[in-house]
Amino acid sequence: MFASPKKLHDIGVLGLNERNADYIARFNPRRLYPLVDDKVLTKELALKAGMAVPDLYGVIAHQGEVRKFSDIIRGHDSFVIKPARGSGGDGIFVVIGRGKRKRDNYRLSNGLFVSEGEILHHISNTVSGQYSLSGNRDTALIEYCVHFDPTFADVSYQGVPDIRVIVYRGYPVMAMVRMPTRASDGKANLHQGAVGAGVDLSTGETLNGVLGNEVVDEHPDTGALIAGLKIPMWDFILESSARGYDVTGLGYLGVDMVIDRDRGPLILEMNARPGLNIQIANGAGLSDRIARIEELYDSSAIPEERASVARQEFPAAVEYQASLF
Amino acid sequence: MKERYVYVLASLLTVVGLSVFFYKWQVLGFPVSENQETPVWTIESAVKFDSGPGSIKVQLHVPTLTPGFRMLNENSVSRGYGFSLNYGSGGREAQWAIRRADDEQTIYYRISVYEDASVDQSDTTPPFPPLPVINEPLKTAVDVLVSEVRDHSADTASFTTELLRRVNDPSPDPNVELLMTGADSDADFVGVVTTILASARIPARMVRGFPLAGRQRSASLVAWLEVHDGDQWLYFNPMTGEERLPERFLVWWRGNEPIVSVEGGSNVEVGFAIQENHLDAVAIAETQAAQRDAFAVDFSLYSLPIRTQAVYSVLLMIPIGALIMVIMRNFIGIDAFGTFMPVLIALAFRETKLLWGVVLFSTLVALGLSIRFLLDRLRLLLVPRLSAVLIVVVILMLFISLMSHRLGLETGLSVALFPMVIIAMTIERMSVVWEERGAADAMRAGAGSLVVAIVAYIFMGMSWLEHLIFTFPELLLLVLAMAILVGRYTGYRLSELRRFRALSTD
Repeated sequence: MFASPKKLHDIGVLGLNERNADYIARFNPRRLYPLVDDKVLTKELALKAGMAVPDLYGVIAHQGEVRKFSDIIRGHDSFVIKPARGSGGDGIFVVIGRGKRKRDNYRLSNGLFVSEGEILHHISNTVSGQYSLSGNRDTALIEYCVHFDPTFADVSYQGVPDIRVIVYRGYPVMAMVRMPTRASDGKANLHQGAVGAGVDLSTGETLNGVLGNEVVDEHPDTGALIAGLKIPMWDFILESSARGYDVTGLGYLGVDMVIDRDRGPLILEMNARPGLNIQIANGAGLSDRIARIEELYDSSAIPEERASVARQEFPAAVEYQASLF
Repeated sequence: MKERYVYVLASLLTVVGLSVFFYKWQVLGFPVSENQETPVWTIESAVKFDSGPGSIKVQLHVPTLTPGFRMLNENSVSRGYGFSLNYGSGGREAQWAIRRADDEQTIYYRISVYEDASVDQSDTTPPFPPLPVINEPLKTAVDVLVSEVRDHSADTASFTTELLRRVNDPSPDPNVELLMTGADSDADFVGVVTTILASARIPARMVRGFPLAGRQRSASLVAWLEVHDGDQWLYFNPMTGEERLPERFLVWWRGNEPIVSVEGGSNVEVGFAIQENHLDAVAIAETQAAQRDAFAVDFSLYSLPIRTQAVYSVLLMIPIGALIMVIMRNFIGIDAFGTFMPVLIALAFRETKLLWGVVLFSTLVALGLSIRFLLDRLRLLLVPRLSAVLIVVVILMLFISLMSHRLGLETGLSVALFPMVIIAMTIERMSVVWEERGAADAMRAGAGSLVVAIVAYIFMGMSWLEHLIFTFPELLLLVLAMAILVGRYTGYRLSELRRFRALSTD
């Protein structure tokens, strides 16, 4: 029923209180939050730093601009609408095509068709702040819809799997792949029922998955094995996420990336308070890895060096892999 | 490093809070438990006399040292008289004076006292009394009696006991009989005993006062004997020789002098009436602290108007609710809507009582939620939709009140006390969570809110706690210290022990 606190501590599991008090409060000054809370801003910063991001088609910032929608999407059959200040993947509409007969019917990633009216209502809800963290006015982003890489085709259900990397003071310390399920409604959010799979930082291969708080080895919808998938361009992913620290200045950071079939890894968003379930997915605790980084910390290291430290230091926990087979 | 500041701050707050608390509790006597009432006796002495032609001066002995009692207040009622309190040989004397007065005059002196065991005899050690001048044949009788008693006793106390036994003997020896002729009243009797004790060089004096018990229209003074054994004053029952004061004996004055002397008046009569009241212990502590000029009293909540007091007695419980919230969140890890929504709901529960509160709250949220889902189909903008939910909540509250009134359930009326804006926000947040995360998450967070509200209600409803915080608001510093300490708690939450249990299985 319950784990013993001592045991969790021995494994080096990081708890919410410790994360909030010791890392977020210490390394993530509030004034930097807007950089990651506003996805438009994050996108600009990432672009400036030479990182790849999904193209921005347009921004709707006011109620009056909602009618600009059809201009913005002209020429794009697929696109994503998301709130600039949303959290946890809430309020994201993924449009993957249009109706054959009626042009104002849109097909969503979950297979449903919605009318333009419904989409406009969703946008105006977004703009008035329904999905924003603070409930204040918000901006709706309309951007490139990622065509995900076939690597993950078997372990995703109606959605785009993404890669979450936790970066501590510029050093990647843990990563997982989040795979959408039917339960998560195509969203790559663990809270909503997506499967998370740990990643061996040295090889970029996936480990076992976690669904809810339980360890699973098959995708619940497709039945495909989760472990052993090789993430393409892994070195680039690690370096990009390490660079996320230089861009935002946040010492405890979650970098979310997707791998596009054509354009390679793209930065989707960054998170100033990334969740802790990644530890279950990896079968390892964050505290130990953070402590290791504290020993090796070098403030002058460039992102590439920090990524290679991560590759050396954090291969998958050996005993964990052994328990798999 | 930050850690140390936190501990220093928390211990500082604790020390300040606790020391003010202990000062008010131990020194000023503020009661820690509720409804503590202390019996208070008011003794009224009325001096009646017929005024003579000239100026009048009245001197009345009033209580000075009162072992076992503390004075709450005293006052005098006398029309046209000049009043002053002086120290005389027998203790304090109240003095009234007037140039002219007609007919029968009555002067009142009133004192209120309450029991306080910490007040003891703090009189100075008296010198050995001078040998009294006694004429023959009494002198011989005294000498014989003293030497006989001395042979049968070991110290002052036993001497006094033996003497009292002899003088109270139903068939006294001739010496005693001789000495006691003419000692008709108790006071005269004790007077003779003090003279005999003085011959034996034992400091002794007569004490007069009242055993306080209930209400007495006309109380009569009781004479008692006080003997100093070199260390302290001992009290003896002059009739039995028993060494003790009567129960609740209020010492009025000491010495052989009469209680009152009136110059320029005649037919003097003194009457005493005793009244027992019960006063709130807080009020007594306040009066007493005011007498001492204690500054804590200036900041006491009891000095506020009653209506404001009632508001604060509720408001002061909010920090307790907030602390519960902190514990539930950071130690247990319960999900709830809004940080302090459960505390506000708990406040509303105070009026509705728990069962009805839970029923009404659940009904309101359930109804509101279903209407919110209907509204969703209309695709309203956010703020108008929120307002619509709020209006619906108000209408629902009205409806519930009317329905329960029709059904004769008066508790249903108290639904109006729920913070409607908070409920509207809860409904909105819950419906968003419901849509985004599914019904299970929404219900879980809703149930979590209700659980926290119930726990907060239980703690905020503890009347002893309410009394404690209201009487000693400085205890809020302790609550603050606790909140600050929890703020640095970096251990696991109970919910995480469950969440990460997959990690701890080998």
